[in-house]
Parts: sequence; C-alpha cells; structure tokens
Amino acid sequence: MRFKFLIPLSVFMLLLVLLGIGLTLDPREVPSPFIGKPAPAFSLPTVHAPEQVLTTGQFTGQVSLLNVWASWCVSCRQEHPLLLELARQGIVPIYGLNYKDDRDNALSWLARLGNPYQVSAFDADGRVGIDWGVYGVPETFVIDKKGVIRHKQTGPLTAEILKGKLLPLIRQLQGEPA
Amino acid sequence: MTFGRLLAAVTAAIIYLASAAATEVRAFRDAAEQRRYEQLVKDLRCLVCQNQSLADSDADLARDLRDEVYEIIQSGKSEQEAAKFLIDRYGDFVLYRPPFKTATLLLWGGPFLFLASGLWFIWRRTKRRQGMISRTELTTEEQERLRELQKRIQG
Repeated sequence: MRFKFLIPLSVFMLLLVLLGIGLTLDPREVPSPFIGKPAPAFSLPTVHAPEQVLTTGQFTGQVSLLNVWASWCVSCRQEHPLLLELARQGIVPIYGLNYKDDRDNALSWLARLGNPYQVSAFDADGRVGIDWGVYGVPETFVIDKKGVIRHKQTGPLTAEILKGKLLPLIRQLQGEPA
Repeated sequence: MTFGRLLAAVTAAIIYLASAAATEVRAFRDAAEQRRYEQLVKDLRCLVCQNQSLADSDADLARDLRDEVYEIIQSGKSEQEAAKFLIDRYGDFVLYRPPFKTATLLLWGGPFLFLASGLWFIWRRTKRRQGMISRTELTTEEQERLRELQKRIQG
C-alpha cells in the first residue's frame, strides 16, 4: 500500500470534477414536465382579432412551434430576427402566445418589428402561460404532429440553438407519421 | 433629538417596506385555512428568483401563482392538490422538499451512505490499532528493562 496517500487526493479530485461540472450547468434551466405530453388545451382570442380564437387543435397534423412572447420582454426583441428569418424560410409554422401583454402594445410591436407568427393568442392574465409552465419569457415549444410537446427552449433562441438543436429536431419530427 | 427621531422614522419605514414586499390582503374563512395557505406558499419555490419561496418573492409570476394557490385552497381542496397543480406545470423543482423516488434516491440516501462509510472507516481503524497494540506486546526481557528504567526514574 505505497500509494495509499493518493486516496484522499483522488477523492478530492473527484469532488473537484463534480463541482466543475456543476458550474457549467444552468440552474435556470428547469426540465419541463411537459416533454412527451400533449399540449395543454387552451382556447384564446387572437391578438389581431379578439373575435377569432386559437385553440390547441391547431397544433395537430403538423409540426409547429409555439413561441411565448410579450412586448415588454427585452430578450424577445433579441430572438425576434431569428423568428422572422425562420418564418421567411417557411420550414415550420410559428404560433405566438402573447403573455400578459397589452393588446395595443403587442400590435404596435408586431407592426414595428415584423410578425413571424401565423397567429398569436392573447393571454392577458397569464393563465394559459401558467398551464404551459411558462416562467421566463421568451419560451419556445416544439410540438409534433400529434400535438405532443417534444422540446422546450427557455430563454431567447440563438442561431446556435436553432441550427444545432431545434432545426434537426423539427426535421426529425416532420419525418414521423402523423 | 430631531436627527434621532428622523433616523427612527426612516428605520421604521424601511422595515415596513421590507416586510410588505410580498403580501396581498386576502380573506380567509378561518385561521386554519390561512395557516394552510401561508405554509404552502412558504414551501413552494418561485421559478423566477429561484432562491425565494412563493411567499417571499415579489416577481410577477410569484404573485400569479400565489393567486392560483389561494384559489385552490379557497375552493376547499387540500394542500397536496394545490402542490400538484404546480408540480404538474413546473415539475418537482417547485418543491423545496424534493419527493422520495428513484431519481432522488441518492439525494435522500446520500447522507446516510456517508455516515455509514464514516462509521465503517472508524471501526476499521480502531480494529487495526487494537491489532497493532497486541502485536507489539513486550517480551519478558523488555518488560524487565522497563521495570528497571521506571525504578531508576523514581529514584
């Protein structure tokens, strides 16, 4: 047992590695309990036309994105150009959930910065947001053809996340049978 | 004198503001229901400012979730049902006290594991030390020398 003195050292090194891994994790990223579950049902008026409604039925039959946004949300501005580009390419329909916003502010936000959404649901009191487990706007949900949530991105999208994670997933889901 | 009074007033104002940070005026049917609500929001985590409970947090979402919890309690449902409402939407993370299940086995069992391994370590050491003592028992010759030395010291 000549190297017995190395035991405490290796235990310490192991601890160091574990703590190091801990530092790279993002505590803000809480795993969503909705992954693999059907999208929570809602029926909300749209931002543009209060007499029209958007329901979760819209999500079946195609792969779609639901992006939670608000005109008061600073990071939404940051990811907005990416959404516009994605909408222009027409790879996947993007639906909006306008979370705890003022309708006039939301409309002028879309008019000024551009509207990437097929349609945006107007969630004035944030109840639907709570049903979807929203806690940090913006959030983006990937919903498959069966209307099941397959992925959730908390926080603003970046080009890396979009290219590296979302687009491959969307293509894969588009290949699945409806 | 006036300065002292001013200081006291400012301190009182700060204390008042700090304590009023996250309290809504709510009506309860009885004290027990109020206690249930207050205990519950204290045990649930706010997801925006993660190191604060729903009761402590002044975040917008925390306020909304307090409303939800209040309504659930008001409708006569149990604390478990109110907690389940939040767990269904935000996961076990909302609980400050994580539930005991396979994923949290190490979390709950870990301390006992460490305690057991510590005890085992101590037990092994003491056993070995005892073994060492019996092994180094003095021979009769040495015992004789020891007695002689002791005699010489004592004079």
